[in-house]
Amino acid sequence: MEKRIVMPFTAEKAKELKAGDSVLITGVIYTARDAAHKRLVELLEKGEPLPMDVKDSMIFYVGPTPAKPGQALGSAGPTTSYRMDAYAPQLLDVGLRGMIGKGLRSPEVIDAMKRNTAVYFGAIGGAGALLSKCIKKAEVIAYPDLGAEAIHRLEVEDFPAVVVIDSQGNNLYETGRAEYLNGLK
Amino acid sequence: MREIQAQQITQTIRQLCIDANCHLAGDVKNQIKQCRSCETFPVAQGILDKIIQNYEIADENVVPICQDTGVACVFLEIGQDVHVNGNLEEAVHEGVRQGYQDGYLRKSVVADPLNRVNTKDNTPAMIYYDIVPGDGFKITVAPKGFGSENMSQIKMLKPSDGLQGVKDFILKVVKEAGPNPCPPIVVGVGIGGTFDKAATMAKRALLRPVDSHNPNPFYAQLEDEMLEKVNALGIGPQGFGGKTTALGVNIEYFPTHIAGLPCAVNINCHVTRHKSAEL
Repeated sequence: MEKRIVMPFTAEKAKELKAGDSVLITGVIYTARDAAHKRLVELLEKGEPLPMDVKDSMIFYVGPTPAKPGQALGSAGPTTSYRMDAYAPQLLDVGLRGMIGKGLRSPEVIDAMKRNTAVYFGAIGGAGALLSKCIKKAEVIAYPDLGAEAIHRLEVEDFPAVVVIDSQGNNLYETGRAEYLNGLK
Repeated sequence: MREIQAQQITQTIRQLCIDANCHLAGDVKNQIKQCRSCETFPVAQGILDKIIQNYEIADENVVPICQDTGVACVFLEIGQDVHVNGNLEEAVHEGVRQGYQDGYLRKSVVADPLNRVNTKDNTPAMIYYDIVPGDGFKITVAPKGFGSENMSQIKMLKPSDGLQGVKDFILKVVKEAGPNPCPPIVVGVGIGGTFDKAATMAKRALLRPVDSHNPNPFYAQLEDEMLEKVNALGIGPQGFGGKTTALGVNIEYFPTHIAGLPCAVNINCHVTRHKSAEL
């Protein structure tokens, strides 16, 4: 049974989630990947404001395909998260509460998540056509020069994801594989 | 000598880029369904169902299966009795340019690996030429996503490392990749040749149907053995656990130097794309 999350994603909501939970996310989230993260962190280092309010928000690591006529956005599945590990702790420290991606995270990111009560979600990698159907509205709010890497503000409805690493640091990539392998014994 | 117009090459590549990105090849679909029927772990079953649903949506709506529509790898098998009227290389890039624009595909190429400015039209393509006997002209477009490309590795093993060294290296690469390359994956392996030859063979191995075998029975048996070993790792679809870590292991080999045993492992995701046409 999926748990529903309505944005904003507060610490109280984050605390209730455990690694392995399936969730459906509804509300406003933002996209950012490699190049946008580099710029966001440069702003933070200069003490300048970010183009969006990340407090109690989520960043979806995605570079979508262009929308076809009739679509809000094209195919939009997660990109591999570890490339954002160099930047994620600084965003978590200013209030970012959730990240949606796929794949492993560094110990530094997991420490920052525990310190800030944040959650790392996995969406199904390679299922961009399916996930696109949950995106109702999309608008570029920063860095249009980056093309697919621009920051989009998305309105999503029942966007499916799985809690991969919860705010206590429990990790589905470790427990899921162990559960499967133990079941074979 | 047979004449082929450059424009015909452009038009064909344009269409192959769109088809490859929106319609998953039959061999990959069949293998995903086959793995779904053998999968015993409920979480993994659920993910494979979503993966099937995803490629069905892509088929029906003619939208990209995955948002990473890749760098366009274009393989040309050119008969030695063919003459191309026009600029062949530019015809290939133009086909990619048109396909990625007209097909609403993502432009994912930067002009310079360090200064990183997007070329905005997904060119240049990565072009692989083969000159073959006859007057045929075969084009294969294989868009390659980088979530999986980044998890690929090459190792110059020693002859004394032997078969065991090759097996250990393949397993190490898959294990280190873990959930990152969007499992279930397809594993392309190139053994022998030189440093670059091994890598190219690994990439070409991914063009072979995922359920096919190397014609050499020794390597066919090695493919089966490695698929079994990879799937015993328990990584599973998306890395959440399960039997289906890989859909297939395709191995290519080539003669090599007395001092060497190059081994390249090119990882692909469950959206392993390739479409061909003959002119």
